[in-house]
Amino acid sequence: MNKIFGIALLALTLSACSSTGDKAAVEDRTGGTTGTATQAGDGKSAGNGTETTGLGAEGVKGSAIDGGKYAGDPRKDPASPLSKRSVYFDYDSFVVKDEYSPALEAHAAYLVSKRDARVVLQGNTDERGSREYNLALGQKRAEAVRKALSVLGVTEGQLEAVSFGEEKPRDEADNEAAYAENRRVDVVYGDE
Amino acid sequence: MLRAVFLFPLFFLALLSAPFAARAAMEIEVVGGAANRIAIALLPFSSAQGQPAPALQQIVGDDLKRSGQFSLLETQGMAPPDLALVSIGDWRSKGAEAVVAGQVTALPGGRFEVKFRLLDAVKQTQLVGYSYTITAGQWRATAHQIADIIYEKLTGTRGAFASHIAYVQKQGKRYELKVADADGQNPRTVVRSGEPLISPAFSPDGASLVYVSFEDKKPVVYVQSLREGGRRKAAAFKGSNSAPAWAPDGRRLAVVLTRDQASQIYLINVDGSGLTRLTRGGNIDTEPVFSPDGQTVYFTSDRGGSPQIYRVAASGGEPKRLSFGGSYNVSPTLSPDGRYLAYIGRDGGRFRVVLQDLANGQTRVLTDSARDESPSFAPNSQSVLYATVQGGRGVLGTVSLDGKTRARLSEPGVDAREPDWGP
Repeated sequence: MNKIFGIALLALTLSACSSTGDKAAVEDRTGGTTGTATQAGDGKSAGNGTETTGLGAEGVKGSAIDGGKYAGDPRKDPASPLSKRSVYFDYDSFVVKDEYSPALEAHAAYLVSKRDARVVLQGNTDERGSREYNLALGQKRAEAVRKALSVLGVTEGQLEAVSFGEEKPRDEADNEAAYAENRRVDVVYGDE
Repeated sequence: MLRAVFLFPLFFLALLSAPFAARAAMEIEVVGGAANRIAIALLPFSSAQGQPAPALQQIVGDDLKRSGQFSLLETQGMAPPDLALVSIGDWRSKGAEAVVAGQVTALPGGRFEVKFRLLDAVKQTQLVGYSYTITAGQWRATAHQIADIIYEKLTGTRGAFASHIAYVQKQGKRYELKVADADGQNPRTVVRSGEPLISPAFSPDGASLVYVSFEDKKPVVYVQSLREGGRRKAAAFKGSNSAPAWAPDGRRLAVVLTRDQASQIYLINVDGSGLTRLTRGGNIDTEPVFSPDGQTVYFTSDRGGSPQIYRVAASGGEPKRLSFGGSYNVSPTLSPDGRYLAYIGRDGGRFRVVLQDLANGQTRVLTDSARDESPSFAPNSQSVLYATVQGGRGVLGTVSLDGKTRARLSEPGVDAREPDWGP
């Protein structure tokens, strides 16, 4: 049941990807290069979506490298749920919240469709308390995400749950917002 | 003029010597009264030209003060007495129970002769006297040996000043695993990494360190020889590998693996063979540490709903809970004499070092800080080394078992953590 749903979701994801890919490429390009930005300001009125798309068409050759980052790879498409790589947890909790179901189902579907693909689930915690105990807490979170993917049909050999504990904080500040940012599991593909 | 010429090289040497700079940052805080402290007069040693700084009696005095078991009589600015003619009676009348006098003589080839005498001020007799011939590089080690001899003679317990500590220093994104003297001086780097290093532990013979490195993009347990610097992976299974602890025989380790999903404690030979699982369950079991006789493993578990300290026979069986106060008790460590358990307890949001008497279960909070971690007993069981946070940086400290004497070992500008006190 889950598997069928997953495959349907994957198909949806892929089709969504092909239709939004060009648009996303344009956004990357205009934002990323100053040369393009100057052109964009040349007679093109701000807020005109169509003209932005036009610029993208014109700049297809120039932005080939930017677009190539995720061209054909749904995992790199910002519009795809596969681009969502972080699962956040409440304080002292190991429960994967419902809001992450779409992203995890998309990752499961991708992994089911590509049996040679592997992911590492990297658990993290905030900095309070024992380093080794936090390592175990991060592992418990990574394990919760691993189980969620396993239930969705991903094989054991494709999954590894590991923990960084409090050792690799994304936000090094010593406040509640930073703690929340660091209570997290990251989904990292083996080929990335 | 002549005096200035001779002083200059001394001053220059002092500037070059890292221990001198770091020593200035040492802080010893005496919290309680001076009950039961042994009063000792540590007289200035006569000095030789070109001797390293600081003076031997300074290093010896800091060692004795840090232990919390001595009160040092004021001797600063006094002329060093002739070693054969120390007037014990004067010091007896000032309340001294013991007097230490010494002398340093320069020998050819940059060597020094160091002599000291420990005198009983009450009986007016010599308790012990020693003579050493040393190089400048053995200066601090000699001072720690003298402190050990004084400590053992006067307390009946062997000293631990000549022992070593290991810790991790973080600077930006660089991590260094260091080994230093027990007073935090003379640090030497044994591992450098761009990824985190945690949980170093000395082997029982002090010849190796086991630690956890994240250089393989996940925690892996390494064993490294301190002499040659060679190392190998002791546990690198699927999932996380962490929390290593040496069995007293030095041949086996307890480690925490997640190869069977939950963080569980396993026993493994140092060469990575002979893996057996010790704890069973779906909860967290971590931070194992062996009892000195090797028969029992103490560890942290959340099996009761919150992290608490448990113990289990090293041969397996049903674990027994040992900590009951509060909802967060972690990082157990055993005193080498087998009498005490120390761990980190959270109380009102503060993480502090707790000492528990294993005979009657009574507990005592030893520290007054808020972010204590990683406690570890001195080899003589008389004090606890721990990490804490001061001014936003990790520092190392020691505390006596009565909680009344605390010392900071590391400089405040350096981020030090994960200490272990070894042989």
